[in-house]
Amino acid sequence: MPALPPFQALLDDHADDVFGFLVASVGRQDAEDCFQETVIAALRAYPRVRRGDNLRGWLLTIAHHKAIDAHRARRRRPAPVEEVRGDAVRDPEPADGTLWSAVDDLPPKQRSAVLLRFVGDLPHRDIARTLEISEPAARRNLHEGLRKLHEVMT
Amino acid sequence: MTFEIETALRQPRAGARVDPGVLARARDRALQEGAVDVAYAEVDSPLGPLVAAATPRGLVRLAYEDGRRDAVLDDLAARVSPRVLEAPARLDEVRRELEDYFAGRRRGFDVAIDWALTRGFTERVLRATAAVPFGEVSSYRDVAAGAGNAAATRAAGNALGANPIPIVVPCHRVLRTGGGLGGYTGGTDRKVFLLRLEGSLLG
Repeated sequence: MPALPPFQALLDDHADDVFGFLVASVGRQDAEDCFQETVIAALRAYPRVRRGDNLRGWLLTIAHHKAIDAHRARRRRPAPVEEVRGDAVRDPEPADGTLWSAVDDLPPKQRSAVLLRFVGDLPHRDIARTLEISEPAARRNLHEGLRKLHEVMT
Repeated sequence: MTFEIETALRQPRAGARVDPGVLARARDRALQEGAVDVAYAEVDSPLGPLVAAATPRGLVRLAYEDGRRDAVLDDLAARVSPRVLEAPARLDEVRRELEDYFAGRRRGFDVAIDWALTRGFTERVLRATAAVPFGEVSSYRDVAAGAGNAAATRAAGNALGANPIPIVVPCHRVLRTGGGLGGYTGGTDRKVFLLRLEGSLLG
């Protein structure tokens, strides 16, 4: 087994992608907390990682779990009306805001599949593993999610 | 339209850059929570940039950079822990002491040392070497004797060549038994520089 690279190398290579994924998943406001949680959880688990060939996917999986936690936490507190997801990164066209709130409204599995596929750029196999479902089920969720987005956006 | 949606979904990733402040705060929290085993930083010196690395126990590695930064970090990840993070503040004391040393204001180092990268005879040789004072020199035979085996001068030479903490563990003060300069991890020019700095070599 090849040795794991220094954790700093993971951050250098993937921090932008992880942060971008979190902004898309939970919005700019909660992204930083989620990012910190992701980094710390990843550091804690890192020495026990057995395969070093898909560390980007591994990081995004952790980020995904932290995003889910944040979603649950947010549902438990009353959200301020102006807390619209992702407004800061996806400037300025208003159509964009519509798309991201449509993503937000998808059922959890579909939303996760869409975010992992297009924002995280993960292959179906990794999406299936992250969501703990079969690969066909991952494809179905993705397809269904896209179909709904299409509906909302036309 | 589906294609347009896919393109729009991909957009934030394309340009998203994590703010340096966000990274710094995540790092500081990781350090605070003890999730980092090896902190490192680059340190400037008259002998060129150095890579310094510390564990919570102390300074574990000091290396002449010489384009080997990644190799040094990979080695730390493999031999100490992969939880390696760039954290310059953790090396502030080392940086200060090195600066004072090179400026002629300091004759010994007070930073704690983590001997994790050495063991056995090598560690004993290097501990004997650490006891050679500023401004004095020793020989391979003497440090071999200090390590408990006066006959093992060649092994002592190898141990010094494997010194993970040059300058602070002063292997430059150990010369060939006949008085010759001997080798040095960073090249003999640097050995000469350090011995001159300490007044052990004239000129």
